[in-house]
Amino acid sequence: MSTLLQLFFSFLQVGLFSVGGGYAAIPLIQNQVVEVHGLMTLAEFTDLITIAEMTPGPISINSATFVGMRLAGIPGVLLCTLGCIIPSFFICLTLAHFYYKYRSFQGVQTVLSALRPAVVALIASAGLSILMLGLFPNGFSMGLSGIHMVEGVIFLGALFLLRRYKLNAITVIFGSGVVGTAAYLLLGLL
Amino acid sequence: MKRTEKRAAVLWQLFKATFLLSAFTFGGGFVIVSLMKKKFVEELGWLEEDEMLDVTAIAQSSPGPIPINASVILGYRMAGIPGTLAAILGTSLPPMIILSVISLFYAQFRSNPVIALALQVMRAGVAAVIFDVVINLAKNVVKTRRPLYVALMAGAFTANVVLGVSASVLILVCLAVGLADVALQVRSSEKARQEVRA
Repeated sequence: MSTLLQLFFSFLQVGLFSVGGGYAAIPLIQNQVVEVHGLMTLAEFTDLITIAEMTPGPISINSATFVGMRLAGIPGVLLCTLGCIIPSFFICLTLAHFYYKYRSFQGVQTVLSALRPAVVALIASAGLSILMLGLFPNGFSMGLSGIHMVEGVIFLGALFLLRRYKLNAITVIFGSGVVGTAAYLLLGLL
Repeated sequence: MKRTEKRAAVLWQLFKATFLLSAFTFGGGFVIVSLMKKKFVEELGWLEEDEMLDVTAIAQSSPGPIPINASVILGYRMAGIPGTLAAILGTSLPPMIILSVISLFYAQFRSNPVIALALQVMRAGVAAVIFDVVINLAKNVVKTRRPLYVALMAGAFTANVVLGVSASVLILVCLAVGLADVALQVRSSEKARQEVRA
């Protein structure tokens, strides 16, 4: 089987079997790309995950693009990403159809109401882990003294601007990057 | 004519919004979902807040990348299958472009200190956006005045952060609680009906 088809079917499986988001997909991608097909070494794969985490976008799409590009150029990118997306497309389209058909039913509403608090908690938990990574990039091992003040100030400033002036999210994220980098360079901390 | 124009405008908005969100979010599915909530619920007013939370629960429970799953559902809601395609394209193009470029010279990218620094400080901004969204969401859970929902929220948060219980397990548990709640409501309304008859 050609590499292109192999890649497509590998990422189709990643898309189909990774339930629960990006981190659930990592072992699946590793299994397909490193162990089953030997398309990458483990060291290359580790680099890939580092970069996929550093850059914006879903980890599995990032990995699909990276693997596809390195092994088969642009056609590789397209096929890997497509493989990753196709299962989502069919499964979620079906679920969306049923959700919008039945969501006004009283019983369905009651069940969904019990799910919503959990979703809020999970979003809060994701926010907390990003905040910890931002404030303590070297881990929490040194305790509170390891805190990065610049990031702390940016977090509080950004939260204030969001609450008070309802600023747009992209502006806040991009602004944090620019202001934070400038602050580090000006303070000579880099 | 006017209708097709309006439809084209919705598709373009969908594409633009998902493209920008995807280009600037890092850190997993729930991050992009909180940005989608801010954009589609608070800024554009396209969706109800409850609806966005339901979409999140469905996206999380289905296989595949959460941002893609959420895009499929939101796109379908706004403009049917063309909407789904516009939203998928918007969500997947930025990582495809960014990672294609990076894969060509990833050694330099990984070791560049200014890039690493910018990505690191942006996390503080991302965290602020998520906290902003969470404050609004949590307020509304408290406003339901049902102790059950507040307890589910606090319990799920503690279980996830302290005990490391996975998101899928938590959603399944809450699904079970919801089903039990329905069963109890049905039973108590039947009882009330019988009492009225008696």
